[in-house]
Amino acid sequence: MSTYAQKKGFGATLWDFLTTVDHKKIAILYLIAGGLFFLVGGLEAVFIRIQLAVPNNDFVSAGLFNEIITMHGTTMIFLAAMPLIFAFMNAVMPLQIGARDVAFPFVNAVSFWLFFFGGVFLNLSWFLGGAPDAGWTSYASLAIASKGHGVDFYILGLQISGFGTLMGGINFLVTIINMRAPGMTYMRMPLFTWSTFVTSALILFAFPPLTVGLVLMMFDRMFGAHFFEAAMGGNTIIWEHLFWIFGHPEVYILILPAFGIFSEIFSMFSRKRLFGYSSMVFATVLIGFLGFMVWAHHMFTTGLGPVANAIFAVATMAIGVPTGIKIFNWLFTMWGGSVKFTTPMHYAFAFIPTFVAGGVTGVMLAAAAADYQYHDTYFVVAHFHYVIVGGVVFALLAGTHLYWPKMFGTMLNETLGKITFWTFFIGFHMTFFIQHFLGLWGMPRRVFTYLPGQGFETANAVSSFGAAFMSVGVIVMLINIIVTSVKNVKVGNDPWGDGRTLEWAIPSPPPFYNFKQLPLVRGLDAYWIEKMEGKKGMTPAEPLGDIHMPNSSFLPFIMSLGLFIAAFGAMYHVDKVSWALPVMILGLLITFGAMFTRSVKDDHGFHIHKEELMDDDDKGVKA
Amino acid sequence: MANPQLNSGNPRVDIEYRRRKNAEEMRYQVVSFALMIFLTLIAFAAVAIKGFTSWFTVPFIILLAVVQVIFQLYYFMHMSHKGHEAPSLFLYSGVLVGAIAILAFSTIIWW
Ligand code: HEM
Ligand SMILES: [Cu+2]
Repeated sequence: MSTYAQKKGFGATLWDFLTTVDHKKIAILYLIAGGLFFLVGGLEAVFIRIQLAVPNNDFVSAGLFNEIITMHGTTMIFLAAMPLIFAFMNAVMPLQIGARDVAFPFVNAVSFWLFFFGGVFLNLSWFLGGAPDAGWTSYASLAIASKGHGVDFYILGLQISGFGTLMGGINFLVTIINMRAPGMTYMRMPLFTWSTFVTSALILFAFPPLTVGLVLMMFDRMFGAHFFEAAMGGNTIIWEHLFWIFGHPEVYILILPAFGIFSEIFSMFSRKRLFGYSSMVFATVLIGFLGFMVWAHHMFTTGLGPVANAIFAVATMAIGVPTGIKIFNWLFTMWGGSVKFTTPMHYAFAFIPTFVAGGVTGVMLAAAAADYQYHDTYFVVAHFHYVIVGGVVFALLAGTHLYWPKMFGTMLNETLGKITFWTFFIGFHMTFFIQHFLGLWGMPRRVFTYLPGQGFETANAVSSFGAAFMSVGVIVMLINIIVTSVKNVKVGNDPWGDGRTLEWAIPSPPPFYNFKQLPLVRGLDAYWIEKMEGKKGMTPAEPLGDIHMPNSSFLPFIMSLGLFIAAFGAMYHVDKVSWALPVMILGLLITFGAMFTRSVKDDHGFHIHKEELMDDDDKGVKA
Repeated sequence: MANPQLNSGNPRVDIEYRRRKNAEEMRYQVVSFALMIFLTLIAFAAVAIKGFTSWFTVPFIILLAVVQVIFQLYYFMHMSHKGHEAPSLFLYSGVLVGAIAILAFSTIIWW
């Protein structure tokens, strides 16, 4: 086994990625798959804005519009934002804590393939009789009445990809608890690792309610149960609760890693230690904790009663406090630092006012009495796009520029990066700022058109125009990626020159075993400490020895493929077609067969021998 | 999970130490086992004895069950040992999240 990647044919590279259990390659898989779904979701968004650009438009029909908005929301949240976050967690977190991989590399691969097949399944609905059309929240009264298989695609697709996410979360938790390098105490972990930790805990607790909700919905739609049907003694509100018990923590699952990425950026490019590190950790944990007690703020208008509304309103507003702590810490990190305006720093800088705007509208929405006015209008749409795009998507774009060199060994072009930033930033505010007013003027969300003379024309035209800007920004970024990959100029360990944490102490991209010798961590910003003492790299915490590595395996792919096949069987079983049941059984046999193989076949991995590692040294550290 | 604090590097001391530790462990387990049997008997008695309303017996039995779960976790599944901080943290967080959901469901949906 050689350490250096030889020039490989396309087939060999493909096979390598299909069977990999290496966290860095899985990160690339997440980045590619999440990126593709991001483009699909973005295209859907463009269709929405074209339809709404002028009154009485018939670019798409009402039914198709419902499918597009449902798929836009579902794709963006579950298949774009989460996987992209997982990409960075996989790529960076093990390096930041000085580990050679995640705790369960095999399970990591299973997680990815489950997400991937779930996402493909969901999107195949477009070609197989129509996409889900009950909104990304899939409220039961709508979802159960929905004709065709659209909602079934939603249920089964999310169920499959949800398993993957849950496993991923558990994997990250175990990794952070057990695999930190010597000296890496909890309170020395970089903030991105901390936010990965809290996010994973949120995943652990938030996904089971979704799973339960989806199972109940599956029984209602496919097997004749009536959990959510009031006429049959069920209760449609139960779905809403289950969905939001998952759904609100979900928005924090998205935003906390974004906070983590921005914390890294602020301290790197202010060339200062993060201000108030321990209060940042505290705020992250507190946000995660409070995130579970506020879900009913999405249901103020369902008639929970004044007491419940008041309790949930107060709890919701309380989240503003730790969030505020974070905002001030970021500002104080920049204060007095020698700030360098790189592309990631542009995003971080823009993030602060944008996210504060989203947080303020959040607190407005949290006032239950006022929410009767705002609910289900474009005001809510503006709110969550300010937090999700202005927070999460900005962080993902910033993270792409920041970690691209670490993941691929090449540096994205800064000028193009800044063009992307400015077009995206201007486009974003143009699209969504005006939607606050549309909402206050009374335009309801999720309508496929509006009439002339209602006063909505200009604002909608502006909004659609902004969407075009955002699209240009994304296209420029794609060009940037292509140009950079073609030029293929390799960079060294610390291409930004301001790296503080362990990932910048090793080559870009790191060798497949990450650390030849586990590093000794002597404090927060471990690599920075060594640099400040004039050292070149980290002090090793162990003598050079054999390294134990896991073998690649094709089983994760097969396991997930089995569930994908079984899902088709389960879905068409409702139509009483004869092949449905055999297909379902076949799919499950494939999955359980693969699991069985994995259980009985011993796979002890392999060792990289000391001599090989020393050879690497002789050749000199390339790149 | 291994108990790293049990190893001093000196095998004789280790064995002595382990033996004492195990005996102590055993005593705890026997005591808590007896207590659990006792609690179970009380639970049966609470149902068998006439005169208690179900408004008393049901919460009472649930309380006894909770106590037993705690015994189980701490004395039989070794949660009291060092090195179990993370599992207990997650266990309690999970219980809290679940409890809040159940509380909300039972107050604002069902009754
Ligand atoms: C200060 C913090 C926040 C507060 C107080 C807050 C409050 C609220 C409230 C009360 C609603 C319900 C509005 C309605 O439907 O009438 C809402 C909706 C929403 N919020 Fe937030 N929010 C906050 C932060 C966030 C963050 C950080 C995210 C995501 C990253 C987020 C994502 C969403 C989404 C997606 C919805 C709409 C869900 C839907 O109905 O489809 N919020 N928020
Ligand atoms: Cu919420």
